[in-house]
Order: sequence, then C-alpha cells, then structure tokens
Amino acid sequence: MVTARIDNAIDWVRVRDDFPILASPGPKGQRLAFLDSAASSQKPEQVITAVDRYYRETNANIHRGVYDLSERATAQYEAARHMVADFINAASAREIVFVRNTTEAINLVAQTWGRRNIRPGDLIVVTTMDHHSNLIPWQLLAEEKEARLEAVRIMDDGTLDLHHLQELLGQGARLVAFPHVSNSLGTINPAPDIIRMAHDAGAVVVVDGAQSVPHMPVDVQHLDADFLAFSGHKMLGPMGSGALYGKLSLLDAMPPFMGGGGMIRKVSITRSTWADVPARFEAGTPSVGDAIGLGAAAEYLQAIGMDAVREHERVLTTRAIECLREVPEIQLFGPCDPDARAGVLSFTLGDIHPHDVAAILNEENIAVRAGHHCCQPLMDRLGVVATTRASFYVYNVDEDVDRLVSGLHRAREIFAS
Amino acid sequence: MTDSLYREAILDHYRNPRNRGTLEPADFSYEDVNPLCGDEIRIDVRTDGENVTEVRFSGRGCAISQAAASILMEMVDGRPLEEVKAISREDLLDELGVPISPALMKCAMLGLKVLKAGIYGVPPSDESL
Repeated sequence: MVTARIDNAIDWVRVRDDFPILASPGPKGQRLAFLDSAASSQKPEQVITAVDRYYRETNANIHRGVYDLSERATAQYEAARHMVADFINAASAREIVFVRNTTEAINLVAQTWGRRNIRPGDLIVVTTMDHHSNLIPWQLLAEEKEARLEAVRIMDDGTLDLHHLQELLGQGARLVAFPHVSNSLGTINPAPDIIRMAHDAGAVVVVDGAQSVPHMPVDVQHLDADFLAFSGHKMLGPMGSGALYGKLSLLDAMPPFMGGGGMIRKVSITRSTWADVPARFEAGTPSVGDAIGLGAAAEYLQAIGMDAVREHERVLTTRAIECLREVPEIQLFGPCDPDARAGVLSFTLGDIHPHDVAAILNEENIAVRAGHHCCQPLMDRLGVVATTRASFYVYNVDEDVDRLVSGLHRAREIFAS
Repeated sequence: MTDSLYREAILDHYRNPRNRGTLEPADFSYEDVNPLCGDEIRIDVRTDGENVTEVRFSGRGCAISQAAASILMEMVDGRPLEEVKAISREDLLDELGVPISPALMKCAMLGLKVLKAGIYGVPPSDESL
C-alpha cells in the first residue's frame, strides 16, 4: 500500500509524493509548504482513490438492502469501522460511532451521556487550553442542567496544573474533558495520569483526540479513556469524517443522540425502542464514502507506523524550534522540550500582527494559520489576541521548516521601519 | 518587494496613521471587531450637519485593517456627509491600490463598515458596503 518504505527506513519525500495537492506549483512556481495540518490535513492518493472507487463501484445505501451492491457497501462501511477500531486499539468495533468530526462526537456525548447523568450542582471540569469544541458543548450542558463548570489552569510553560486538577476532582467532579494534545500550544498532556486521577475521583473522562490520534500512537485500552473524539479530516481522511470511541458499557446505557432511520428497533406512533450501539447513534444515511475513506486513511497511517509518524514530527519540531529561536523578537508558546509537545508551533513575531505574518508567508506559498485557533480563553491566559501557528504532518520535510524561517525573516524586513 | 501586498504606501499608513485618536464628545461614534482575527476599530466623527468636520479612528489589528482605516480617514475628512455615505468598497480598494485577497477583505473593509454603522446607526451588511 505505502511504497515509501526502504529497508524499514521511511523515505518522507516519497510519502509527500503520495499527496497530489502538494505537487502542483504555486503562483510563483514555488511548491506549497503546507503547515496547517492541525486545522485539516491533506489527503493521499490512496484515500482519494478509495472514495472514488466507492462511488464508481459500490455506491448504495447501506443496511437492509437485499441486493448485492447494498451488501457490498455495508460490508465496506463496517470494514472501515473495524479499521478505525484497530487504529486506536478499541476492544470492539461496536465502540466506534461514525460522526462528521470531533465537534459532533463531543456534542453527542454531552447531549446523551451528559443530559442523562449531569444534575444540578454537579461539577464539569474542562481546561484552559481546550478548543471551543471541547468547551461550548459543556457550557451548554452546564447551563441547561444548572451544573458548575471549572477549567484547569495552565502553567507558564504551557502544561496543565495537575494540582489544580486534583483540587477540582476533590470537589466531586462528575466529568473531566481535556485535550490529549493542545491545538494551540502543542502540549502533549499526560493523558494516562489525568484519566487515572479522574477515575480515582469517580469522574467520567472525555478525551479530545483531534490533535493526538492523527499524530501518535493512541491506545484507548491503555489510556482507559471513557470517550475519545477525533476527526478523520485531520488524519488524511475525507472532510466530514470522524469518530467517537466510547466504552461499550457507557454507550450501551446512553439514550439516542438524533432520531431517525437506522437508529431504531421497533417504532409505533407514540413510542419506540432503540437499536444496539453503534447504530443507535448513527441516525439517517451516514456518509458512507467518507467513512470508507477514513478507513483507508487509518490503513495508510498504519502502514507507515504511528511510532514513525510521531518520530518524524518530533524531529521536524526539534529542528523548527532550534531554527525559530534564531529569529529575533519571536516568542514561542508551549513546552520547550520537543518530547513534551506535538508538531504544533504557536508564536508571535515582535509586534507584527499574526494575520500579517500569515499573509506575508502566503506570498511565498507557505500556508500557516493566524488567529485564536478556537481557543479564546487560552489566548486571554497567554495575554495575546492571536498567534501564528505552524503545524506538521507526514508530508512535511526540512525544506518546509527552512522556508518558514526565511519567510519570517522577510516579514521582519518588510515591517522594519 | 513590489509584488507584496505590503507596499510602502500601506506600511506608511500603518506606521504613521492619519487622524488616529478619539473625539470626546463626538457627534457619532461606533466600534466593531472582526471576529476572525480580532481586529478592532472605533471611529469618532464630528459634523456641522452637512460636512465631516473632524474624524478620528482608534483600535488595533493587522496592518491591512489599520492602514485601510487610516486611508479612509484621509478620504472622508472635510467631505460632505452625503459623499461619505456613497463611498463604496471599490472606492476604498482603489485608494488602497494593492490586491486584497478574500481572506483579508474583512480586515480591509472594517473601517468603512464601522464608519457607515456610525452614520446610519446600524452596521451595514458586507454586500451593501
């Protein structure tokens, strides 16, 4: 499947060649240096082909179809579920619910487990570094249930204050939601420790895996996570694909999320009973082709090996931190130790607005993100309005880092008075 | 650097903004933000009923939003209100003189949007600028 392995070493330039969008030259002939994978990743030929083949050869509505084509579509959809389960080492494919993205996965938990289990006065714990998608669903739930919402503070080095977490757990937290990896700081949070602490205090744990599952080995059984949400489009899969992992015992006890076809067992006008999980949470015709594409993405990443993906990004990040530190007036956020962070680098450059930095980099066909990265409480904590963010993935190479650095020097030259 | 959006004329307005400040009291004031990147602009205007007699802007944000607001100040200072009302997106883009990509359009137009909101009392839709 992946042809880039040479004697067990990976030729990352050949990996990059799997991504058609990175091959076309920009307006000035420069190749695209895509450094915004934390927002959404590019897609390899293998994923594009899997989706294309589905529509050319297997397209039909799944489940209940008696004809061959529907059976084949159903088989491929369920095979993708097994691929995704295997990718995060879920004990059973029934623990994987296909959704559109991380946001939908977290809202699903808030609207089902949350509405059933959170009561007035209960404490919900999030963190100061959560993406809005792992904050707003809990805000809405807390408002509806008159529950309390508290955020774990962060330290100046961009790590979570675990003493504060312990203090909040001591107040009887019912639920802890946190990001495995911060989408702004790149911090890799000590998920096994946090989950153990939360479980010891009797809390259920929701892990936002949007920035970890695509970039490093994630084993839900080892983590002992109750729920893990992640997006397919950030892990080389199609837009509109994502998954929620939930422990079977928890999913089994949860009421439906949306009502409609596919999620029922028996229906009468006034009363219905629900399908088993995961069908109970997949009302309506799912995005079958996208799920199949997500399965292909998981297969592609597994062929490279998630340890190798993590190591590649760690090496790139180490190099990037070393080079960026040489840029005058740069302020890098997040942990300094490359072992403690993922390939996400947020920074400010003197008093040049991040939007201007990104616009100047864009003139060199370098794609980075500028803004609050859906983390306004974190930006407030850091004392900035916005940052510029560069993020890495399998298709990035040293040259991308070099171009970023020279682009930042150019930005300083332009703004020098 | 001639192919850059960040030409000297833009950078000059960014570094040396015209009519920067506030007017207290003003005949009308308005402020707004661009939620995408956090640009903030406030514009204070004094009039004699027919003409803009004094105008100031304040705020913070990217060079495009601040330079465009500064350029807008030069366009409206001393002008009849009826003419100010008629200033269009294209008029401001002509004055800016650099190609503004869709991603930066909201930044470039924030000042004009705030000014018109001040004149009319409600913010105009992006299409009607």
